[in-house]
Amino acid sequence: MAFVEKKLPADAPIAAKALNWVDSRFPLTKLWNDQWGQYYAPKNFNFWYIFGSLAMLVLVLQIVTGIFLVMHYKPDANLAFASVETTIMRDVPWGWLVRYMHSTGASAFFIIIYLHMTRGLLYGSYRKPRELIWLFGVAIFLCLMGEAFFGYLLPWGQMSYWGAQVIVNLFGAIPFIGPDLSLWIRGDYVVSDATLNRFFSFHVIAIPLVLLGLVAAHLIALHEIGSSNPDGVEVKETLGPDGHPLDSIPSHPYYSVHDIFGVSVFLLVFSAVIFFAPEMGGYFLEANNFIPADSLKTPPHIAPVWYFTPYYSILRATTSQFVYALEVGVAAYAALIFFKTKLPSLLKMVAVGAAVVIIIAFNVFEAKFFGVVLMGVSVMILAGLPWLDQSPVKSIRYRPSWHKYVYIVFGIAFVTLGYLGIQPPNDLRTEIAQVCTFIYFGFFLLMPWWSAMGTFKPVPTRVTFHAH
Amino acid sequence: MSIEKQVDPGRRGLLVATCAAGGVAGLATAGAFVSTFQPSERAKAAGAPVEADIADLKPGEMKIVEWRGKPVWILKRTPEMMESLNKTEDKVADPKSLKEYSMPMPEYCKNQHRSRVEHKEILVTVGICTHLGCSPGKKFEPGPQASLPDDWQGGFLCPCHGSTFDLAARVYKNKPAPDNLDIPPHMYLSDTKILIGKDEKGEA
Repeated sequence: MAFVEKKLPADAPIAAKALNWVDSRFPLTKLWNDQWGQYYAPKNFNFWYIFGSLAMLVLVLQIVTGIFLVMHYKPDANLAFASVETTIMRDVPWGWLVRYMHSTGASAFFIIIYLHMTRGLLYGSYRKPRELIWLFGVAIFLCLMGEAFFGYLLPWGQMSYWGAQVIVNLFGAIPFIGPDLSLWIRGDYVVSDATLNRFFSFHVIAIPLVLLGLVAAHLIALHEIGSSNPDGVEVKETLGPDGHPLDSIPSHPYYSVHDIFGVSVFLLVFSAVIFFAPEMGGYFLEANNFIPADSLKTPPHIAPVWYFTPYYSILRATTSQFVYALEVGVAAYAALIFFKTKLPSLLKMVAVGAAVVIIIAFNVFEAKFFGVVLMGVSVMILAGLPWLDQSPVKSIRYRPSWHKYVYIVFGIAFVTLGYLGIQPPNDLRTEIAQVCTFIYFGFFLLMPWWSAMGTFKPVPTRVTFHAH
Repeated sequence: MSIEKQVDPGRRGLLVATCAAGGVAGLATAGAFVSTFQPSERAKAAGAPVEADIADLKPGEMKIVEWRGKPVWILKRTPEMMESLNKTEDKVADPKSLKEYSMPMPEYCKNQHRSRVEHKEILVTVGICTHLGCSPGKKFEPGPQASLPDDWQGGFLCPCHGSTFDLAARVYKNKPAPDNLDIPPHMYLSDTKILIGKDEKGEA
């Protein structure tokens, strides 16, 4: 087919002509309209729906500040600490601001992502047909955790060093290949210059590239299927005469304005933290990280940064005695699958067989390996949500009222695990963490049963919306 | 017209062979990238034995020397400290040091005090917790104190996950750490000089 360029009138503005020239060669206007300008989003979004845009904003902030930090940072075990604490924080004009934006941005990113995920949980955003959007999101969350972990080594302070030491040694707990694997990750027998250099490479190029690709996939999938909403109503089922959902509105300018307002509020809080509390009482930047890395001395109290502590608590809770409780849990779960599901008998046998293998493994391998496994599973289990949730409605609004308490108990258990992960361990705290670990996994693993129980409220065909 | 009818089996065969050959080359290249992650020759060579002077070490004192990037503790135990090992004997997970962590237990240290018989009061051990690699802290004072049991006999406490070790660096039962701390091969060059990383049988 011959190339045909749309003819504009001779007196058309130069900008329109330029855009037409580009649009004939690259789908610029189409991309804008598909992804935002003419992207029809449900009109009943509430404040929970701001965090996707805010996450995007923080991603850009992290990339921009990161680019400028790399201009002054030295990924060398002898120079790294001084290049951050002296060069960037003191010598480079406004370097401290860029650094605090980056370090505060990391915590802000996690706050936003946790709220973004809570939204998904409350309104069933991960339910069919949005499973892939959710899976891309889980992958983004994993990348973010990797990015945070690798980045945390770079200032080469005491917490950087010993945090990396502990996490890399986690891999050492894997039976048979563990010790060689952690050696391979470190590139040396201890966390050293080789480790710092490769973590730097991961932090500034490898993970960000993957992250950007995943964010693009997340958004393309979202804009293909269409956003969910607080009512969990599929707006595409009620179309208007123009073929667009009656309950939707083009994102621009309606949601552009909403998002700009959200961004203003966020930047207000974000700036307040950067200027008045960049260390956030030791939660965003830990005190021990202002001491250069010393391979001969672990700080007396070491804890990960706050956003990792719930998973870290689960790791710590897995003692050799707790493994017995886990064995009972696995056996009970296998019995539940066997007697209380309508799965084909082959699958039931597979489940029972898997439970037997797991229980044998509990007795063969060390508890520390299972701590690592549970920590990994506690994050990965999020990926199972679209299939674990069997509720006939998506949104919490139309679920039985007692479901809210289930979510609250889960939320309390999660926050408690996070709190305990910051505290030094003792017997009582370990026991509380063990109870919370059971609640955490119970919430997800028992979801196929409890999420379908109770009296559900009728879901309206149109969204709930009051014009203001 | 169906697509199958147009397939030329000869060309399809060549296509598969080309893909297979390309795949092998791709895997081999990936292997090279994976290998770059291994310790460099320089890192491998940096494991030389180190000498420690303990002339100034008083009973009850500990000094730390660096060997292979890791802290090695040299603790001169008092008679009371040695006596405490009898009390912890049934509280530790592996009193006879039957399991090993990252290096074999030297034969000459397979005893209750986990040290060489000619200087049995001197404990030489790698101060890296067998759980996740933190360096435990000194808690030599016996008796009840924060994060420790009331019948504490003196020993070491790992700050990361609360594992405790007695004064022969043996791990207490039901703690996250599975094994006793490593005892490196070592030998006495004189009464006050220890060589760490090498013994009569050669270098570790």
